[in-house]
Amino acid sequence: MTNSADAIKAEKIDEQSLVKKANRQDLRFAIIGFIVLLVTMFILLALIADFMRVGIPRISVDFLTNYPSRKPEQAGILSAWVGTSLVMFTTAAVAVPIGVAAGIYLEEYSPKNWMTDIIEINVTNLAGVPSIIYGLLALGLFVYTLRLGQTVLVAGLTLALLILPIIIVATREALRSIPIEMREAAYGIGADKWQVVSMYLLPTARPGILTGAIVGMSRAIGETAPIITIGALAFIAFLPPSPVQETFPFLNFEWLHSPFTVMPIQMFNWISRPQAGFHVAAAATGVILLMMTLLMNGLAIYIRYRIRRRT
Amino acid sequence: MNVAQRAAIVEVMPQVPTANAETEGPVRARVIDLSFYYSDKQALHGVNFLVYDRQVTAIIGPSGCGKSTLLRAFNRMHDLYPDNRYEGQVILYPEEINIVSPQVDPMLVRLKIGMVFQKPNPFPKSIYDNVAAGLWVRGIRKKTLVDERVEQALTQAALWGEVKDRLKTSAYGLSGGQQQRLCIARALAPDPEMLLLDEPTSALDPIATARIEELVTELASVVTIVIVTHNMQQAARISNYTAFMHLGQMVEFHKTAIMFTNPSDRRTQDYITGRFG
Amino acid sequence: MAIVELADASGKRAKYGELVASVAFLKRRALVGRVMAAILFIAASLSVLITAGIVYILLYDTVLFFQQVSIIDFLTDTQWTPVFDNPHFGIMTLVSGTLMTTFIGLLVAVPAGTVLAIYLSEFARPRARETIKPILELLAGVPTVTFGYFALFFLTPIFQIFIPELSGFNLLVPGIVIGFMILPYIVSVAEDAMRAVPDSLREGAFALGFTRLQTALGVVIPGAFSGVTAAYILGMSRAVGETMVVAIAAGQQAKIALNPLDGAATITAYIVQISLGDVPHNSLAYLTIFAAGLTLFLMTLMFNLVAFWLRRKYREVY
Repeated sequence: MTNSADAIKAEKIDEQSLVKKANRQDLRFAIIGFIVLLVTMFILLALIADFMRVGIPRISVDFLTNYPSRKPEQAGILSAWVGTSLVMFTTAAVAVPIGVAAGIYLEEYSPKNWMTDIIEINVTNLAGVPSIIYGLLALGLFVYTLRLGQTVLVAGLTLALLILPIIIVATREALRSIPIEMREAAYGIGADKWQVVSMYLLPTARPGILTGAIVGMSRAIGETAPIITIGALAFIAFLPPSPVQETFPFLNFEWLHSPFTVMPIQMFNWISRPQAGFHVAAAATGVILLMMTLLMNGLAIYIRYRIRRRT
Repeated sequence: MNVAQRAAIVEVMPQVPTANAETEGPVRARVIDLSFYYSDKQALHGVNFLVYDRQVTAIIGPSGCGKSTLLRAFNRMHDLYPDNRYEGQVILYPEEINIVSPQVDPMLVRLKIGMVFQKPNPFPKSIYDNVAAGLWVRGIRKKTLVDERVEQALTQAALWGEVKDRLKTSAYGLSGGQQQRLCIARALAPDPEMLLLDEPTSALDPIATARIEELVTELASVVTIVIVTHNMQQAARISNYTAFMHLGQMVEFHKTAIMFTNPSDRRTQDYITGRFG
Repeated sequence: MAIVELADASGKRAKYGELVASVAFLKRRALVGRVMAAILFIAASLSVLITAGIVYILLYDTVLFFQQVSIIDFLTDTQWTPVFDNPHFGIMTLVSGTLMTTFIGLLVAVPAGTVLAIYLSEFARPRARETIKPILELLAGVPTVTFGYFALFFLTPIFQIFIPELSGFNLLVPGIVIGFMILPYIVSVAEDAMRAVPDSLREGAFALGFTRLQTALGVVIPGAFSGVTAAYILGMSRAVGETMVVAIAAGQQAKIALNPLDGAATITAYIVQISLGDVPHNSLAYLTIFAAGLTLFLMTLMFNLVAFWLRRKYREVY
């Protein structure tokens, strides 16, 4: 009759060296992980550094106030950054209200039925659709079928559709993270659903929704592919009409129907030219774009950090 | 609202005799064969009892017996979550309406019946805004009326003296016990027909607990109170009537004095003497 | 019925103060509630409309395309020369370019992403995690055109030092850059999946004497398997749809991509190329971008649905 427990004891396992080997293995992996991390960060920094090295010297007041030109030294991004601002404004004006509304509906109102499932699957899927497909949608539908032309309005709408899933998801997450006690208290005093949402849930979810909006806009600023597909031109030597005018009603919307360009397009166009001078201008544009997106994403991260601190 | 005005209500309300027992005073709510299901799980089994007007009714029992489930049926809290089902009736007087009927909008029930929760949950707003919240959602906005009502409610909740100089400061600046009294004031402000208290002191220290127990006995003259508590002694101290629940069934319902000295059911006896629970 | 009954019954108490919500107010509140619910529903349904719009426009123009080009040719031809006099429309050409860059990208991102995800989930201290995750988010936010510039002007020359046969436009460098771009997504999804594995499983392993690495490989990854796979698939989907990096650095030559040291056009780069040119509306060349787009959409749709189903599956387990 063998006693297996005794047999194991008899094996004389060298516990010391087992522990040492285990720790070594863990240490080795931790080092590998750390190295991967360092390489990633290094590449990111190299990218930023390269842009800054080449591009920053090129940035000047002239650069910001000149139109694109056939001569590399005179090229500037005036029409590009004005175009970006106008398009971003349109995008935000469309995407944020619709996205937040859709997020509220999906999180607070929708019943558990097949219709809701279809909507949710759609939102998830749209988040993964390549941006250029949105460009094709805009080209076929907005530019031609609806005859809206290759304008600021179409660009704004297209980008709004693109970032809609981001805002919807951010809104849902923000609402979902509101503790159940607040909901019960609000319903408990006799509020109806819209009162609970508008008076209590939305104000509390505001920072989270804001984060989502910032992330969405940051994505939209850098998007090139859909805008190319719509047909933004890069040699725009004029500005869209100003939204402000002197006569009543002091606001006009002509600028929505104007051709335009945006910074990523300008950058792409300059990259495609053979002259090195244009490549430098592209780098300068890249620096500005990088700074903007890094700042916006950094802001979103900071707000998220503050939210977590609050709870 | 003063005692005379309250007394006037009593004249309006019917005295409803039950089938097999005499009622002992004006009745605010009658629970008839109430059952409740979380999806397929049955949590309440044919509960029957009375809630007497301007009395404190305590619901006690071991954990998991369904006392919170029963309390939350009164203000239709279960309707906030899917797949829940009521059977039976909870008749509210003087309206004489079954408030758990699917035809009755839960929101309207909550306009009449207020609740204070286990963990104090004031809104992230000022003290004033918290108490006024119930009025605002009812569309009552006239400043003088709201101001007066806020003061009255805070006074009834024994909090006015402590906060009257900082009504606009955040509710989160108050201690746990004060926050709970704020929640009581918030529930009282719209002058509900019934106030439901779901283990209101279990998250509080003994001193804050004592203050709230004192408050509850005072408030009973103003509003009908139903309180769930896991603390038997608390029930014995502050309630007029006690209901003992076990495994989703209402085992016994008596005047508190009788329940604790001479309970009819063996299970009640065992629970009260600490044999289980 | 219920509104009027309850409120009228409250009327009995109305003489004690105006604290009762009037019937008029309740009706108004209910109306506002219904209107808002309708508006919110319309906003949510918009997402379905968008998908419908995409499918419609892609299908419509593709159908027009297939009226002029046979679907067999489309799927089997080995050349893609739509604007030449003797045009060929073999989509597999473009697909091969897309797949090659995607494959290279995954070669970079899957090992690195998995290692990073394990490191973040099982090894790193919470404070380290709080620092690293934001950095990855910043990485994810860099505009793609920037990566294109980086690939063409910075990385390709460096690589050419070590690989002299590397042409100016190639698939290797964009592939690597794409891998770098999809890294944050893979890490994020995989790490979420790993963190969802309950600690009790880990504790069981530690109690038996497992090392952290053994726990990660033997307990956590199997437990998070569907989530981790979903991460890879999502990364793949993202790589397939990437446009600017390949448009800038991979060249426009449509051919069967067998050699990563040479450039080749991807589906996305082709669409860009046509969009930049002056192609008349509804010409055959115009229609080709929709046929190519539909192919791309179907590929990513398939990946996204598989990933969605996988993520839903692992969410049910715990």
